[in-house]
Amino acid sequence: MNQDQTRREEPALLPPVDVFEDSTGITLYADLPGVSKDRLNLQVDGETLTIEGEMNLAMPQGMEATHAEVSVPRFRRTFSLSKELDTDKLQAELKQGVLKLRIQKAEHAKPRKIAVQDG
Amino acid sequence: MEFSLFPRDVFAELDRLQREVQQAFEFSPSIRGVGRRGYPALNVGGTHQSVEIYAFAAGLDPATIDVKLEKGVLSISGERKAQLPAVNEKASVHVNERFAGRFHRVVTLTDDLDPNAVQARYRDGVLHISIKREEAAKPRKIDIQ
Repeated sequence: MNQDQTRREEPALLPPVDVFEDSTGITLYADLPGVSKDRLNLQVDGETLTIEGEMNLAMPQGMEATHAEVSVPRFRRTFSLSKELDTDKLQAELKQGVLKLRIQKAEHAKPRKIAVQDG
Repeated sequence: MEFSLFPRDVFAELDRLQREVQQAFEFSPSIRGVGRRGYPALNVGGTHQSVEIYAFAAGLDPATIDVKLEKGVLSISGERKAQLPAVNEKASVHVNERFAGRFHRVVTLTDDLDPNAVQARYRDGVLHISIKREEAAKPRKIDIQ
């Protein structure tokens, strides 16, 4: 088992997302509270997009948990992209724990009005 | 569990799981609805000097978060705006999972806390509230004469 595989098996939370599409591309928002820019890992492999992030919380020494609803310090989620999306034109922005991803459609995939000619 | 962010007793964890499973099958477990977790998710921890609360609430404007501590009861409220486009625009929504709207969560804490020593910081979408314990409540070494 290589390093990459062992990493993937670490338990992770599934971040909630919003995804919407307009004529020029797809926009995705993901909630990744506690993840800073340097601990966010975005990867496109073929048609697979992986979002992964590690939380980094400031915790005082000797702290004992009394109640925990978030018990895994990691987020991971994978999406299948489709051919008409241009992964070279991927814009990512992380602000207060919210990731905004914008994936443009390839030029040829944008909707075009098709003129109907008289028979 | 070594991966746990807030490690706890394994038996307590199992207990909790059992309760959750029970609640999920009970017809009406509570007047306030099913035992589903609210928004934002909360973690609470403590040291001898302080109590630490972490609210996982990404994407807020810190100026709009309302934090109150009254007689050992901490309340966190605010609003998260939806980011989805309006219905009439030329866009289609494929996934809509993120919380939007007003939220309010209340935590009962111990009553040995000093209401004048509360610190709240919002970073990377996590609200961290630290409340000092009162001087008298801190453990002290007692000299034997």
